[in-house]
Amino acid sequence: MNDALASGFTIAANSQISIALAISALLFVIGLVGFLCRRNMIIMFLCTELMFQGAALAMIAFSRMRMDVSGQVFVIFILTVAAAEAALALGLVVLLYRRRATLSSDAWSELGES
Amino acid sequence: MTDPVGIPLAIVAPELDWIGLAFLLPLLAAVLCALCGALRVKSKLPAVITSIALAGAFVVVVRAYMAYTVPVQVPIFEWITFRWGPNPFESFTANCALYIDSLTLYWMLFVTGLGTLITIYASEYMEGDRGAGYSRFFFGISIFLFSMAALVMGDNLVMLYLGWEGVGLASYLLIGYNYQRPSAVAAAKKAFIMNRIGDLGLALGIFMLWANYGTLQYSELFAAMENGGQTSVDWDLSVIPFLLMLGAFGKSAQIPLFTWLPDAMEGPTPVSALIHAATMVTAGVFLIARMYPFFELHPEALATVAWIGGSTALLAATIGMAQYDIKRVFAYSTISQLGYMFLGLGVGTTFGACYHTLTHAFFKALLFLTAGAIMHGFAGQLDLRKLSGLRRLPGWRIVCWTMFIGCLWLAAFPFTAAFYSKDAILLQALSSARADFRFLGWIGLFTAALTAYYSFRVWFRVCAGPTHFEAGAEGHDEHDEHDAHDQQPAHASTSKAAAFHPHAPRWAIKGVLIILAIGALVVGVPAYKHVFGHEDNWAQQMIAHSSAYQGAGIEIASAQHADHDQHHATVLGMDAHTGLAVVGSFASIGGILLAWYLHLFSRKSADQLRAALLRRWWIRWLPKSMENKWYVDEIYHGLFRLPMWIGAQVLNFGDRHFLDGVLVDGIAKLPVALGKVFRPLYSGALQGYAVTMAGGIALVVAWATWVWMKGFN
Repeated sequence: MNDALASGFTIAANSQISIALAISALLFVIGLVGFLCRRNMIIMFLCTELMFQGAALAMIAFSRMRMDVSGQVFVIFILTVAAAEAALALGLVVLLYRRRATLSSDAWSELGES
Repeated sequence: MTDPVGIPLAIVAPELDWIGLAFLLPLLAAVLCALCGALRVKSKLPAVITSIALAGAFVVVVRAYMAYTVPVQVPIFEWITFRWGPNPFESFTANCALYIDSLTLYWMLFVTGLGTLITIYASEYMEGDRGAGYSRFFFGISIFLFSMAALVMGDNLVMLYLGWEGVGLASYLLIGYNYQRPSAVAAAKKAFIMNRIGDLGLALGIFMLWANYGTLQYSELFAAMENGGQTSVDWDLSVIPFLLMLGAFGKSAQIPLFTWLPDAMEGPTPVSALIHAATMVTAGVFLIARMYPFFELHPEALATVAWIGGSTALLAATIGMAQYDIKRVFAYSTISQLGYMFLGLGVGTTFGACYHTLTHAFFKALLFLTAGAIMHGFAGQLDLRKLSGLRRLPGWRIVCWTMFIGCLWLAAFPFTAAFYSKDAILLQALSSARADFRFLGWIGLFTAALTAYYSFRVWFRVCAGPTHFEAGAEGHDEHDEHDAHDQQPAHASTSKAAAFHPHAPRWAIKGVLIILAIGALVVGVPAYKHVFGHEDNWAQQMIAHSSAYQGAGIEIASAQHADHDQHHATVLGMDAHTGLAVVGSFASIGGILLAWYLHLFSRKSADQLRAALLRRWWIRWLPKSMENKWYVDEIYHGLFRLPMWIGAQVLNFGDRHFLDGVLVDGIAKLPVALGKVFRPLYSGALQGYAVTMAGGIALVVAWATWVWMKGFN
């Protein structure tokens, strides 16, 4: 194994990080599956947020492992961007709802061959 | 006559530049006529302008003739000069300059003289078209005279070519004068395209001359020729005369390029008289006469000219015998007479050819103008079966008797000018040392009898006999425009004929006819002086002191002289001169008598003869092919037009279905087809895209992991 990587590892930290990474992967997969399976646009949007937070959690975990704050700083940025994006996305969903009077994403499939 | 000394190198005489007016005046007239057309002048102003300009040109030429002593070269301005090396060979010069020798003056005298007369005639003939068409007509005439003057007077072959193309353009414009009539447009295109074939030969001939002699100026060319040429390239010089004669055959309507001339009769009659009978079609004769020394580059070149001329004379005469349209009869007679001129050139008598050109110009212009007067008065009627006995109609006497003179001259009646000019040609042919030339001479004599027959066939039909006539289909231009009556159905013609009054020509037409008839008499004067007064023939002097006579077929001429001295060529046991005069008179009078019997004394017998010929299967082809112009048009159609048409169809098919269909449309269809392949991927369902994306990322991650893991091992 890489020396630089090995020097950052301790036994105790290793198990804690594994848990954090597992949770982060779980969040991501739940979000992904939710996104793929649901048709409600608000739910789909929430699922993307879940995937986002999964990725953010992984970053915090690695930042802790490397004892480097830049990962955590980055997560703060991600949260900010996610908040702004949530405002935009929900606004978009409202506009789409007004057009078709439904929240189903199936209502918006004009690009394909009908 | 053959001067052993070469053609004197022309003296450069810039002080004679006023002769240039002879072609600048018609150009000026053309510009003014174009202005008249643009300003929609309704009066006869364009005709007045053109007549004055052409008369001015004629006066200039006459003054030049008076002042003429030796061949001169008159520079006007520098036109084309290229130099690409120090060598004199490495330059090209074609200046706007005049080459004035006796041949030039001879030609210009009748070109400008007849041009003036025919313009005056046309001022009355075309009066129904006053407005834009009138200006257009006289613009064409002026441009024609300008080009013809450049052709004849130019000092180099580039100017000759300029004029050559210019007269072709004028001919095209004037044949297609009635551009609303499809047949006129077709005839104009036919004339232009057939002339292009000949012009290709002329252009190639000029290229070859330049490549071989390094100059295109006549005087330098003749000098180079006499020095044996300064050949710079290893080409076969003997092809030059054949290329030049191809151009001459195209312009002068000889076999194989003669079929455009009869169709050119679609043009207004003054145009037929001026361009397609008297002047333009003689440009070929002029070209060969001017470049005569170069026709010795190949021993058989002049013989070819003689054969083509002789066979054209016979062929056209046989066609002319069987035509019913007066103008077409005269058109074929023009081709036939041009054939005589080429026969004369070919057998070595440039004098005979050029003298016949002069006499022919007068009597044929006269004949066409009388035909035009009839056409003008009888609303376009030209069918000689539907006109008879016009000489008894009031006001038509002058037309009929001037036509009689024209026919006598065309028939080469004894002691007419044409009798002597034709004799000069036939005499040379018959007293030649070559058997085939003597044979051509007999063909010429036979054709002379045919000529007498068909010319008087017209006169006896139209001018003599009981008076009756039918009006033509064209609107009578006194009352209305052409279109109004064209629409009328054919059955209306009988009622129309009853109410129809032919309007007799007025002074402009009659006056010109009389002057031309007198002119036809006057051009015989040199021959009378020669025959009865034993003076030198003026025309012969004019031709003898130009390039046309110099070295006139040295071999042929010397052979002839030897022959002449040995047994003094005889015709039917008599001295050649007397014998030919007697035989020629018999041919002419015999033809006239035959025409008199068949077309005046007993008109029924002509129809009976035709019917009898048509009844017998072994001779049926003769009248049929004569009436159908020996099917030459059909043969050309089959040989050239049809294959080209098929080729055009094939190319059209290829263009439409391969170039457009496969290449252009095919390439356009390719993206569409590609789109069809990939379109199912884009179902429009959001989750579908998401699955694809997730799957793609998973694949990338799996691959990256696999690579990473491999790195550890």
